[in-house]
Amino acid sequence: MIKLLKYLKPYTGLVIAVVVLMFIQAMTELYLPAIMSDIIDIGVASGDTNFIFKMGGIMLIIAGVGTICAIVGCYLSSKVGMSFSRDLRHKVFTKVENFSLNEFDQKGTSSLITRTTNDITQVQNVLITILKMLLRAPLMVIGGIIMAVAQDIKLSLAIIIVLVVFLTFIVFIAKKSVKLYDTMQKKLDKLNLVLRERLTGIRVIRAFNTMKFEKTRFNKANLDLTDTAIKVNKLMAILLPLLIFIMNLTIIIVFWIGAIRINEGALLVGDLMAFIQYTMGIMYALTSIIMMFALIPRASASAKRVKEVIDMQPNIMDPEQPIRLINKKGQVEFKDVSFIYQGAEKPALRHISFSAKPGEVTAIIGGTGSGKSTLVNLIPRFYDVVSGSVLIDGIDVRQMRQEDIRESIGLVPQKAVLFSGTVAENIVFGYKKATKEEMMHAAEIAQASEFISSMKKGYNAIISQGGTNISGGQKQRLSIARALIRKPSIYIFDDSFSALDFRTDAKLRQALQKEILDSTVIIVAQRVTSVMGADRIIVLDNGEMAGIGTHKELLSSCEVYREIVSSQLSEEGIA
Amino acid sequence: MRNKRLNESNSSSQNKDKSKGMTKKKAKNFYGTLIRLLTYLKPRKIRLIIVGLLAILSTVFSIVSPKIMGNVTTKIYEGFMMKIRGVADAQIDFNYVFNVLGLLALLYFISFAFSYIMQYMMADIAQKTVYDMRRDVSQKLERLPLSYYDTHKHGEILSRITNDMDNISTTLQQSITQLITAVITLFGVLVIMLTISPMMTLIASITLPISIILTPIITKRSQKYFKNQQKKLGELNSHVEEMYTGHKVVKIFRYEKQSVEKFDAINKELYEVGWKAQFMSGLIMPLMNFVNKFGYVIVSVGGGLFVTKRAITIGEVQALIQYSRQLSQPILQTASIANIIQSTIASAERVFEVLDELEEISDPSPSKTIEKPRGDIVFNHVTFGYKEDAVLINDMSIHIESGQTVAIVGPTGAGKTTLMNLLMRFYDVNKGSITVDGVNIKDFKRGDLRSMFGMVLQDTWLFKGSIRDNIAYGSSNATDEEVFEAAQGAFADHFIRTLPDGYDTIINEEADNISQGQKQLITIARAILANPAILILDEATSSIDTRTELYIQKAMANLMKGRTSFVIAHRLSTIKDADVILVMNDGNIIEQGNHETLMTKNSFYSSLYNSQFVGNTIQKEVV
Repeated sequence: MIKLLKYLKPYTGLVIAVVVLMFIQAMTELYLPAIMSDIIDIGVASGDTNFIFKMGGIMLIIAGVGTICAIVGCYLSSKVGMSFSRDLRHKVFTKVENFSLNEFDQKGTSSLITRTTNDITQVQNVLITILKMLLRAPLMVIGGIIMAVAQDIKLSLAIIIVLVVFLTFIVFIAKKSVKLYDTMQKKLDKLNLVLRERLTGIRVIRAFNTMKFEKTRFNKANLDLTDTAIKVNKLMAILLPLLIFIMNLTIIIVFWIGAIRINEGALLVGDLMAFIQYTMGIMYALTSIIMMFALIPRASASAKRVKEVIDMQPNIMDPEQPIRLINKKGQVEFKDVSFIYQGAEKPALRHISFSAKPGEVTAIIGGTGSGKSTLVNLIPRFYDVVSGSVLIDGIDVRQMRQEDIRESIGLVPQKAVLFSGTVAENIVFGYKKATKEEMMHAAEIAQASEFISSMKKGYNAIISQGGTNISGGQKQRLSIARALIRKPSIYIFDDSFSALDFRTDAKLRQALQKEILDSTVIIVAQRVTSVMGADRIIVLDNGEMAGIGTHKELLSSCEVYREIVSSQLSEEGIA
Repeated sequence: MRNKRLNESNSSSQNKDKSKGMTKKKAKNFYGTLIRLLTYLKPRKIRLIIVGLLAILSTVFSIVSPKIMGNVTTKIYEGFMMKIRGVADAQIDFNYVFNVLGLLALLYFISFAFSYIMQYMMADIAQKTVYDMRRDVSQKLERLPLSYYDTHKHGEILSRITNDMDNISTTLQQSITQLITAVITLFGVLVIMLTISPMMTLIASITLPISIILTPIITKRSQKYFKNQQKKLGELNSHVEEMYTGHKVVKIFRYEKQSVEKFDAINKELYEVGWKAQFMSGLIMPLMNFVNKFGYVIVSVGGGLFVTKRAITIGEVQALIQYSRQLSQPILQTASIANIIQSTIASAERVFEVLDELEEISDPSPSKTIEKPRGDIVFNHVTFGYKEDAVLINDMSIHIESGQTVAIVGPTGAGKTTLMNLLMRFYDVNKGSITVDGVNIKDFKRGDLRSMFGMVLQDTWLFKGSIRDNIAYGSSNATDEEVFEAAQGAFADHFIRTLPDGYDTIINEEADNISQGQKQLITIARAILANPAILILDEATSSIDTRTELYIQKAMANLMKGRTSFVIAHRLSTIKDADVILVMNDGNIIEQGNHETLMTKNSFYSSLYNSQFVGNTIQKEVV
């Protein structure tokens, strides 16, 4: 939490202004009892009504000044707090947008989302609360002590002693309650987990008739949470009443000592009354700290998570002197490439060498975990190779700007990703140069124009977040159109036809053929039927190349390929 | 498929719900829901009354104290004045002061003790009430039909059981007693002030109407801004969510710059409404404070004047100062509690909505059972659609004999779950009937019907727990040997034993500590152990490595021996060997028959077959 405060730096002046304003406000608040004591000690004692009225006027002015300070302070702290969170959000979001896939793997997408959204909001809210309210507590304490000491040192001593006791007590409770709140959060998470599993597995649960088992699990988690919640609340139950009790006892003590001091002639009655009001002011300010107990554990956890993102360094950077491709042909070459995921035990790819040429189709086949997707992810430099090199038109991708590499690649990912917006926006997706004709042409080839025109608003139809309002096959077709519109020199289809029905699949392939004639095409597939016709098939097995060649060549030379083929096709299909 | 889509939207909708939960939604039926919520408190009625009494007593004890303290001040002042006037032997009456201070200490202690006991009891009452509600919702979830789960986002259901419940629990814990205390304080203080000096009370209460008018005006304003802020925050969050989930696509199409531009634009708007919301809501404090100070000044000045006229004592002025301070506090509190209660009732309403959902038709009684099910299944003129007006299966009749295999083919997402939903009676047919061994499935208890089925889906579902427990899921009295045997039959025993903790390995929350294929083997073992008469299987299409896939095939073949099986088929051999092929498209069953009969017609099946399995010639040209 504290480390994040450096983002307040541009607003240091404003923060100081807030503190000063609050201090003035606190002092005006404390000064009022002092004037009141004058009313009593001077005005009432001498029966001087004019004096009383005059003092009343002064009190109003002072209260007014205090209020103005408070309002300006509130205005400034709202602005500071929101500016802080705005800057922090910007910082985190730009940072994450520059992350490579590596960092996404490390932290997980959903975790990054929470960090950018909820976590920052959490920190922002606590910061504003601190600026608006919590800051007051120490200022009131300092101001109160100054005022008290000015009035009577001996009596002040009593207050200071009680204060120390009071603060230790608060610290003690804070420690304990923070821990309990933490446990409660964990139990709540557990209950959530049980419930989530129940919701996602409802068919299995009903099919296996295991409602009773699930019920017991839920009851246990429910009871566990309830027990902890009761414990926390019982601890908190004593806290506030006890604080008030201590405060009241303090006042009684002040009274007692005050009475003695008055008797000695060292103190005036009005002063004593003022004293009591200082004490109450200080104590009330301190009590407000308690409400932070529940907030702080959550906020500091959030702050820590945000900080982690800011501190992460993307491990893929553009070279300082990039080489620019002038004549893009799209030849892709792997030279003895090995790759290992961070923290993994075994390399995902080992000694991969091949070359994919323009005008040819290179297919990659193999089971999950064989490294197919990893391999294609190396081409746009989503990851860096560990040894060997990936070359595009003879230049190592690490010597080019990422932007330039990606400009020549059209990738259709395994899982079609669409964004909220119109169909047209999804196809064009940032490629501003595209004309309307180009867009419609791309949709035509991707076999998407038919279903698009059947939608009410056609190309202006709205796609909902995540594309939930259209089918999986339709999503995939739009995702293909998005790659086509750019006319890249390298196409990568990462298992991108899986959600298409067979007719559409065939039509799409036919239309594609003409369109991508001069490009380098790399197809990743699970099924033999979709790779059989390729110019070159690379068979991956456990990250190694088990074979490379055409369907016919591989059938006779590659054991792994034969195994895959026989598991998928009956004898007659192979021939 | 339906199910999977729900899972994916789960996390995102949860986020959205969180932001939604913060904006206060108005309850549709405020009083109805309130009364219903109160019925949950009924079993704890007596304790609640005690809490109420304690709240009243504790408040009363704390509000009489300033008056008593005032008496002390007066006594001190009198002693002091006498001393000043030079009365001989004049002394402050320490005896009196000591006694009264002692009494005060006692009062404070009683007030403390009462409010502690009150809070303590409330912790029990509140948490146990919420416990009951959660339990009820959980029981309700058991009785809800599958259609409820398919039409509601998981995140939303979750949020009702956790976030909304949390809201209710906090309110019960704090707001009820706060409300009682606030009201008692307000009236109690007014009464005591009146006993001191009606005139002074009148003067002091000038501030009351100001606070009563001011408070709602500001709260309304700030709520408006907060609503806007929430809206912008929602926009921002969904942009972040989209861009992060589509990170790879954003990168490959170099969309980063535009993405950041859009983010900054929303972020700026958020800042604009955000600081206004914060400022407005923060404004109430200084303003109320000023009203307070105003009252303070009036009481000080007025009190001072009255004392000079000997209308009241100095101690009473002090008491009045303290009381006037306590006067505006309850109003502010009540205003905020009113808001809290509003949102709590809205939360309660959302919870009750779940409780009011239509339940499954209850099981027949008496119900029929089959001792040894053979798995002879008949679809008798079955018509079905998830919605009345969208019929998916129209007048389907088919007889599947015991031990036969039914292959379901068609494009992915063609509605393979529909059949499963009908067979296991997750949904009821609209017309016609389904019988197992001649008995209409509606005449079974659902549990009995479902125990005849086993299913292995691609969408493997494992829960956090040991592998052993996951295999024995549904067969809780299975011995270890039986579990091992089932695992062996599923070709899972070997890989399980290579894991560091073997069968006791805990499958973690995301179930990502074993591979997809291994998960499927475990679900096959689960089905073997359950030993059902009828199977529903899902052949792997992807994401499984070749070796594991071979194991899975063998394991499935093991499992299918002697059982009636429905297979969502992707493999040619499975389809050709099937006794019946059901061809599905867009959720409809469009053709049925065996391979030979289907191939003779110029059918969807034959074109599908040709393009997928034989028509490599086409693809060779294309690719």
